[in-house]
Amino acid sequence: MACQGLAKGETTNTLKAESESLKAKLEEERAKLHDVELHQVAEKIDALGQFVMKTRRTLKGHGNKVLCMDWCRDKRRIVSSSQDGKVIVWDAYTTNKEHAVTMPCTWVMACAYAPSGCAVACGGLDNKCSVYPLSLDKNENLAAKKKSVAMHTNYLSSCSFTNSDMQILTSSGDGTCALWDVESGQLLQSFHGHSADVLSLDLAPSETGNTFVSGGCDKKANVWDMRSGQNVQSFETHESDINNVKYYPSGDAFATGSDDATCRLYDLRADREVAIYSKDSIIFGASSVDFSLSGRLLFAGYNDYTINVWDVLKGTRVAILFGHENRVSTVRVSPDGTAFCSGSWDNTLRIWA
Amino acid sequence: MQDPKTGVKSQTQRLVITTIPHAITGEDIVAWIANRFKIDATEARAMGTMMVAFGYIYPLQDHKRLMLKPDTSLYRFQTPYFWPAQQWPVEDTDYAIYLAKRNIRKKGMLELYEQEQYNNLYKWMNHKWDFIVMQAKEQYRAGKERKKPDRVVFDCQERAYWVVHRPPPGTVSAMDYGHDRMVDPNMEEVKVCKKTPDYYRRIIMFTQQCIMRPRVKSSVSIGALVKYTITYKEHDPFLHACLPSNPWLTDDVTYWTLNMPNVEIPTKMRVERWTFSFGELLMDPRGRADFRLFLKKEFSGENLAFWEACEDLKWGAAETMKEKAQQIYKTFLARGAPRWINIDGKTMDITVKGLAHPHRYVLDAAQTHIYMLMKKDSFGRYLKSPVFKETQKKAILCRFTAPVPHLAVYTGICEAQSTASPGFMTLPNSAACPSPISVAIDSTPASERRFDGNGGPSSSHFPSIAEASVSEEENQPPAPKSRMALSLSRLLRRGCNAPSVFASLSPKCAVASGGGKVQPLGVEPLAQPQPRRIANFFQIKVDIPPECRIYPIDSEDEEDDSPDTARGGVKEIICPWETVTKQEGTG
Repeated sequence: MACQGLAKGETTNTLKAESESLKAKLEEERAKLHDVELHQVAEKIDALGQFVMKTRRTLKGHGNKVLCMDWCRDKRRIVSSSQDGKVIVWDAYTTNKEHAVTMPCTWVMACAYAPSGCAVACGGLDNKCSVYPLSLDKNENLAAKKKSVAMHTNYLSSCSFTNSDMQILTSSGDGTCALWDVESGQLLQSFHGHSADVLSLDLAPSETGNTFVSGGCDKKANVWDMRSGQNVQSFETHESDINNVKYYPSGDAFATGSDDATCRLYDLRADREVAIYSKDSIIFGASSVDFSLSGRLLFAGYNDYTINVWDVLKGTRVAILFGHENRVSTVRVSPDGTAFCSGSWDNTLRIWA
Repeated sequence: MQDPKTGVKSQTQRLVITTIPHAITGEDIVAWIANRFKIDATEARAMGTMMVAFGYIYPLQDHKRLMLKPDTSLYRFQTPYFWPAQQWPVEDTDYAIYLAKRNIRKKGMLELYEQEQYNNLYKWMNHKWDFIVMQAKEQYRAGKERKKPDRVVFDCQERAYWVVHRPPPGTVSAMDYGHDRMVDPNMEEVKVCKKTPDYYRRIIMFTQQCIMRPRVKSSVSIGALVKYTITYKEHDPFLHACLPSNPWLTDDVTYWTLNMPNVEIPTKMRVERWTFSFGELLMDPRGRADFRLFLKKEFSGENLAFWEACEDLKWGAAETMKEKAQQIYKTFLARGAPRWINIDGKTMDITVKGLAHPHRYVLDAAQTHIYMLMKKDSFGRYLKSPVFKETQKKAILCRFTAPVPHLAVYTGICEAQSTASPGFMTLPNSAACPSPISVAIDSTPASERRFDGNGGPSSSHFPSIAEASVSEEENQPPAPKSRMALSLSRLLRRGCNAPSVFASLSPKCAVASGGGKVQPLGVEPLAQPQPRRIANFFQIKVDIPPECRIYPIDSEDEEDDSPDTARGGVKEIICPWETVTKQEGTG
């Protein structure tokens, strides 16, 4: 962006003052339509019963901290990545490992399963996102077919395929997100607006949606239009890094998990934060969040080795799950909502149902 | 990536009069935390363990294991000097001095791992070693001048500090913090250098745009969020029992088998979801196929075909993009096009102009127009149409199936696991479930024809990106997967009942007499001659519980009392991962 000199009568301070007053005006506008709270509307709804959620499968095989995982659309396969550079594809139902790749870098913080189930993407400290087509031949060296797709100037924090195997959306420690064409590795669109590392992104679920949300170390959650690259909405109410963002199943809201030990729900149409999920006894950051199929439950993994399950509408906690022996780094609900998987720094993944 | 550490709040301490002052027991800590935060004992213990792990409280006994034991084990609060929140850099030099000091005091009393570390430090800090030894001796001498109780206390505290920061091997260290972020927005320098006039101008512009954005009243949007959860409540496996059962809980994959993407007969729940919104209908391949069928009957199939082609363009590879755009124009938009779609003049203008310099979103306006058309018009009529009603009528109604813990279905091992929980079983290794890769390979030929009316070689321009498309009448014979669905559906029409199924397989069990269609053993001489494949799995004692296990039934055939139960079809239910060959009815 070309640097303009100051116009007559302008100083950095007057501009600063103007931006502050506009921000205040935005809050005013938002507040005007703020006629009811979520928990008030939720009063009329039945409370949830007691939950019995247990570990149904434990996936052991990683030699180091599990950093990320993703489900395949067939509802039972998953891909997971760890600190030592290993990326493993499992059939979670049978706990068998089906494929394994060793990345040339450590701290593979991002991995994603392609919609067709025929490829996985992963990346981390190598600043790249690579796509590995999966083969039925067990002896085939997957690393040989690797395709380097994304190139950032800092670590890759998160990646996701769009509706097809042909495009990947990535977020990076360099503060940007980007959309790439897998075949050619071409950059299709880049998204600038965060002032610090972007830690997470999520694509909007709706059929006609062309947006995604990202969260970063600048405490902001930004909503982007994939077509224009514009930042459409921004929310800054967290008090520390946002570690994870996830859309509500209807696409009209999203949740965030942050180092300030809270998870929050933001409504996109009302353009404001509508719920905070926190408790005095929770003092550790939330590393990962995901919704159940109906959106009523929010599963959040924390750095104190636990997973808390929140009632999204009423704002209360309905269960706390113990089992992991180190930080929970990732939590994802399966595509048909029958279970969720948690990955942890204790080198294991657990399927809960 | 910092955890917000709140200091230890406890002011109340039980005094246990031993030679160590201010010691507290583990159970008291748990009780105090539970009381303070109004949480249960398990959670309080977990929180207490965190405090110990971070070194705010340290154990007096078993000092290497940093966890909180909710019994009479003794703990003490660490002195604030050693709190991690102080954020002193934890230097190796200090550690070396500490180890050296302990070596003076108790020669050869360092633990094995400490000895190793000591040797390592000696090697690479060799140039400083005189300084380190001197410091160690100095500290040792200063320590001796203190009163004995104080010295003991300080030694304990110092030892605890180092257990936290130099954990013994094989333990989890709370100090492990992962990869550092590149930009720390809390750093002052970052803040200062960014605040140029441009920075503020951008914020101003952005904020102005945000203010102009239309927004909705909270009551309306929150109401919609709430409504969504209510609508989907019964479809959420965490809130409502998954029918027939949740595969993760009962080790029975019937639920997944019945809900395969392109199954011929969907379940009632699935069909219900299609009615929730147009998006749901389109997102489900089976639903979309049904809708396509309906549109075909109405001779308005080109709308859906156009929409699908636009999706293909948007999400497809960049290389083929221009070609695709041209193809779509020729097929749907040009005057006299074979599958001309009806969009308003203005949209057509924009689209045609855009196509001069095509990009992946060039058809967005037209696509949205057609989508809304289908949503507002066709969708409603579809829900009232005979096609949909037929599908709805035929849909499978699943009943809840209680898990049968006695039957270890998937084990190839002949152990009588009468009390085995259906957890952790290892399935035979290969192809426990058809890999999506093989599915994609198998079904590619069938899926290359994306839309008819475009005969000839050009049809291959639009290969299927996502899941295999549904086999339509004019396509090649269905892929093996849907064959399974076919035979499964046939099975279901005949209706079946588990006790008889199991009775026919295991000669040892008594036939339960609960419920409708139980066939006594005598009538089923075919039990043994079942293909050997199954015999492998059923060499275990089966203890049939008195409850009937009801499989999904076809609501139509509920009244038919067909004596030929699911003999031939048994395989499909018990061994869902095997691709089933067509079963002729057995006589």
